[in-house]
Amino acid sequence: MTAPAVEGNGSRANGASPLLEISDLAVHHGQLRALDSISLQVFAGEVYAIIGANGAGKSTLLRTIAGLHHPSTGSVRFDGADVTGLRPEQRARQGIVMVPEGRRLFGSLSVEENLKVGATYARQGPWTIDRVYEMFGWMRERRSQRTAQLSGGEQQAVAIGRALVANPRVLLLDELSLGLAPVVVQRIYGMMPQILSTGITVLLVEQDVSQALRVASHIQCLLEGRTTLQGRPTDVTAEQVERAYFGLASSASGGQPAEGSDA
Amino acid sequence: MAWVNAIIQGVLTGGLYALFACGLSLMFGVMKVVNLAHGDLAVVAGYIAIGVITVTHIPVLWSFLIVVPVMAALGYVLQRTIIQGALDRGVLTTLMVTFGLSVVIENGLLQFFSANSRGIGVGLSLITASFSIGSQIQIAYLLVLIFAVAVLVLLGLQFFLSKSKFGRLIRASADDPEATQLAGADYRHVFGIAAALAFATVALGGIAYGMYSQLSPTTGTDTILLFAFAAVVIGGLGSLWGTLLGGVVLGVAQQIGAQINISDEVLAGYIVFLAVLVLRPQGLIGRRAQS
Repeated sequence: MTAPAVEGNGSRANGASPLLEISDLAVHHGQLRALDSISLQVFAGEVYAIIGANGAGKSTLLRTIAGLHHPSTGSVRFDGADVTGLRPEQRARQGIVMVPEGRRLFGSLSVEENLKVGATYARQGPWTIDRVYEMFGWMRERRSQRTAQLSGGEQQAVAIGRALVANPRVLLLDELSLGLAPVVVQRIYGMMPQILSTGITVLLVEQDVSQALRVASHIQCLLEGRTTLQGRPTDVTAEQVERAYFGLASSASGGQPAEGSDA
Repeated sequence: MAWVNAIIQGVLTGGLYALFACGLSLMFGVMKVVNLAHGDLAVVAGYIAIGVITVTHIPVLWSFLIVVPVMAALGYVLQRTIIQGALDRGVLTTLMVTFGLSVVIENGLLQFFSANSRGIGVGLSLITASFSIGSQIQIAYLLVLIFAVAVLVLLGLQFFLSKSKFGRLIRASADDPEATQLAGADYRHVFGIAAALAFATVALGGIAYGMYSQLSPTTGTDTILLFAFAAVVIGGLGSLWGTLLGGVVLGVAQQIGAQINISDEVLAGYIVFLAVLVLRPQGLIGRRAQS
């Protein structure tokens, strides 16, 4: 393992196999290489945060895991099975469910209809539309409103609810904080313990580094499509994060992903 | 009295136009596909009906039991193959592909069935019978039947889209196909079902027109497609009830035109169409989508 990667393997390496495993992934947008030799392992129950600046490839990584982009090389394994060739809807039905960047609610549908669409192909599990209404108290009485009438934070809550009612095993959260006031972001991240308590594993992408460091049990920093740092938030220093994030000094050469470090 | 008659006839003909238009409106509303082969497919449905009636001796009215499923299946297959293929390359490509389809169908029909026009169930009393109100108003049973079918079809579509689970998926896919994938739905299949529904209405429109008038290989583009377009634009895109209103306004305009001078019938319809485009481009019911 190279210098900037700080890996505190304590609870992660108890012989458990990862729930989600990305190996040596490369994704191209036309000629542009958006991701290059990315590897990561997400274990059940973790909150795994991908951080990085604009254009680092974070969203591309999440969309590739959801099946919306096809990698040029590398593989995505979920619960031991290779899902690289599966379409997004097949992955969703297996429990890889994404809350996309920009929320992407169905604008001509009501709040409740949005949730019902999310529940159409739901797996068995604890999450129901009622439970989502309990978590977000305001939602039940506004269930027949169009989503366009909601504030940004409320829309984000509906988007999270739409994903939860599918009963995901891995919840992919793409830039939850985008375009929201800090207090709203706090409130939404405040729901995280409730989500985790139902056994859902979270993989999130966040531009707001301090927010990511606060909620994550493991972070990985991307820069121009490569991994520059990974480890537990408690094991990395602010200075390391800053260097990895902006690509200063030693990390500019591009840190290697932590291949084999968990074996 | 002649004017009252013109309006009544116009309203009833409007049902036929609404039947043409709702499939076009559905395909555009859901897939953003402007299906330029829409009219030709209605003619194909009419020709299939003629063939089915000739071969099986099924009563004329019941031919739809065979033609509608056949056209719905054709709709699903076309959507999943060439139309989806075109959509993946961009919305404009669908214009070229459906235009090509239109040309192929029209010339195929000319090749195999000649340019002769033919009707469905010609001479049946159902088609010629009418009843009178007063001395000047004669109403054909067939037009009343077609109008009733159109209203039933629109009611059925409206109910299916707004209340059923699959209708909800269709509306969701229309809003954002990618987001429906993330919810586990195969939007290509959803689009296929929507196309099947649209083609089922096309089948009814083709049969209705074949009974009401005559079908020839060119009827599809020079009459059915244009009237369907006019009805959709007058009524407002994406609104099924707007489609009925558009059909009715077009029908009434034509009949009033014909009342003034018989050669102004079609022109009058297009003048209203143009007027709506200029003055109220969102259509008479300018609401967005089916709610």
